[in-house]
Amino acid sequence: MSKLLKHRDIRLKQRYRAEAFFRSCGLFAISLGVFFLLVLLYSVFSQGVSAFWQTSLTLSVKLDAKIIDPEGRRANDPQIICIADYPRLLRNALAEELGVSLDDLVSLREVSRMFSFGAGSQLRDLVVKNPQLIGTSQKLTFLAASHVDSVFKGQVNLSVSETKRKLSNKQLEWMKKLAYEGILHKTFNFGFFIFSASSRPEMSGLGVALIGSFYMMFIVLLCSLPIGVAAAVYLEEYAGRNRFTDLIEVNINNLAAVPSIIFGLLGLVVFIHFLGLPRSSSLVGGLVLTLMTFPTIIIATRSALRAVSPSIRLAALGLGASKTQTVFQHVIPLAIPGILTGTILGLAHALGETAPLLLIGMVAFVANYPVSPMDPATAVPVQIYMWANEAERAFVERTFCAIIVLLMFLALMNIAAVLLRNRFERRF
Amino acid sequence: MNPELSIKMRGLDVKVFYDSNQALHGITLSILENNVTALIGPSGCGKSTFLRCLNRMNDTIEGARVTGHVFLDEEDIYDSSLDVVELRSRVGMVFQKPNPFPKSIYENVAYGPRIHGLARSRLELDEIVEKSLLKAGLFNEIKDRLHDAGTGLSGGQQQRLCIARAIAVSPEVILMDEPCSALDPIATARIEELIDDLRKNYTIVIVTHSMQQAARVSQFTAMFHLGTLIEFGATETIFTSPKEQRTQDYITGRFG
Repeated sequence: MSKLLKHRDIRLKQRYRAEAFFRSCGLFAISLGVFFLLVLLYSVFSQGVSAFWQTSLTLSVKLDAKIIDPEGRRANDPQIICIADYPRLLRNALAEELGVSLDDLVSLREVSRMFSFGAGSQLRDLVVKNPQLIGTSQKLTFLAASHVDSVFKGQVNLSVSETKRKLSNKQLEWMKKLAYEGILHKTFNFGFFIFSASSRPEMSGLGVALIGSFYMMFIVLLCSLPIGVAAAVYLEEYAGRNRFTDLIEVNINNLAAVPSIIFGLLGLVVFIHFLGLPRSSSLVGGLVLTLMTFPTIIIATRSALRAVSPSIRLAALGLGASKTQTVFQHVIPLAIPGILTGTILGLAHALGETAPLLLIGMVAFVANYPVSPMDPATAVPVQIYMWANEAERAFVERTFCAIIVLLMFLALMNIAAVLLRNRFERRF
Repeated sequence: MNPELSIKMRGLDVKVFYDSNQALHGITLSILENNVTALIGPSGCGKSTFLRCLNRMNDTIEGARVTGHVFLDEEDIYDSSLDVVELRSRVGMVFQKPNPFPKSIYENVAYGPRIHGLARSRLELDEIVEKSLLKAGLFNEIKDRLHDAGTGLSGGQQQRLCIARAIAVSPEVILMDEPCSALDPIATARIEELIDDLRKNYTIVIVTHSMQQAARVSQFTAMFHLGTLIEFGATETIFTSPKEQRTQDYITGRFG
């Protein structure tokens, strides 16, 4: 018997060869994809992670009443405290640590450049809040200037000649000394998540962009989920098949493929010019992203509804359930995992969208937190775009760090999609 | 035919078109009360189509068109004044493949009474569920796991659950579309016993491919072929002395 089989030519070799070839093709394609993903992640993380830490100076500052209020008028004129020369206090404190004479004005200038521009305001805010501190010494932590930060993180090539560097050799010597004494050190960069736009990298952060993105996601979810699901349920369950519904279907599919910048143009014309909604606001951004997202939601919902076994519909109809009861009590509950997955993927897509937001003015220098969705705001991807245009080394690392934050949000949303799907599918 | 038997449903010149295809060519057939009527015939002969006409399930099929009349207690169910939801609460259906809802056993049975508002209280609903499961011969097997998933039961149990679900609405007629074709012989035997039991309270129409099953469970048999009714009569007569040659050939397995 086996001998007989051996002699039959059923082209086994060719078949196995074809299979092996196809397998290796697939393996190659996947490894190529994984390779580029790893390259992407490596380049983003290697350049961005450092922005999670920020160089700071912790030193004891003498809140000298003579400098804050030389004429002793603060009891009558509280304004004095607000306009006092706080940078000088900082400069003096650091000069004392470094042993620089208070008469050496050239060196003092270099000393004060070690601090971030915001350090003075930080000290001012503290004193204005607690005037009783005047006259005491306080151990406080201040942001270092971004050049100090970049050098301290080793991101600057120090072999170039001194004149072409932002930091002089003297300042570098001081940095070594301060680091040795523990005055100069790295702290976790909470400011990156809190600060708003600033031209000084050490004082700029994602605060406004995160709030703007959050508002927009909320608006997208609120608008596109009900509209998208309602449209999909109507088209799939109620509308008859005719030329008109075919036309709508083709158009929805096309809408999902329309370049996003065109939605931005639409938003500009309709929401801002025609309806008069405020420019740069997350409301308009959210509405534009809603328009972009709901074709995705409609398509996902329709395929989820179509995937519900027809026997369930027949069972409900056979018991005398009306069409609406069948749809809402049986079909939609079974389609929920698919609907949710589609919605979250649509939201994730909207979260990363940049082009339409550029057109409606969300690419803006927004320094104040948006209190409501009507206030000007930016979004995380737009902030990335804006930082990518900056030249300073500290902005480069912030660009990559913002990408990490965005990627983490996207990963979280995708994980949420998977978890929700599993949770709803496991019911029975 | 026994004169004391009353007619429960009656099809009068029923024609069904699927788009331009005619599936039924004018069927006239009476279904007698408290009897089991079996519809037999080779695949594609229109027996399931006719069954679906009896509770207007053909309405759900796109492109299907029904002409003629079907009477339920002298009421034309294709009359525009009759509501299809009400009709289906009076004419229940059990499908070929067991199709319990992906919910608990209790919820499966309680669904019909709930949407039709048949129970005024939770207690009454519990009672309906228990009675229906008892009638379907399932209660004793699953009384401890009423709140487990209905889809976790065996195929035969699922089909009896579907029967219980249909009974729970208190229909007058139960339509069964090859209810045993997906079941093993033991489960089939149980369903057949059940059908015989249910006959006392309900009128049953069953489509089947098994001649033995038709012979075992039905009192009347209708033989379909190519969308027409070939022969209708008492099951005994049909199986022992059919008038038509084609019926004889089909029953004895010469075609179909």
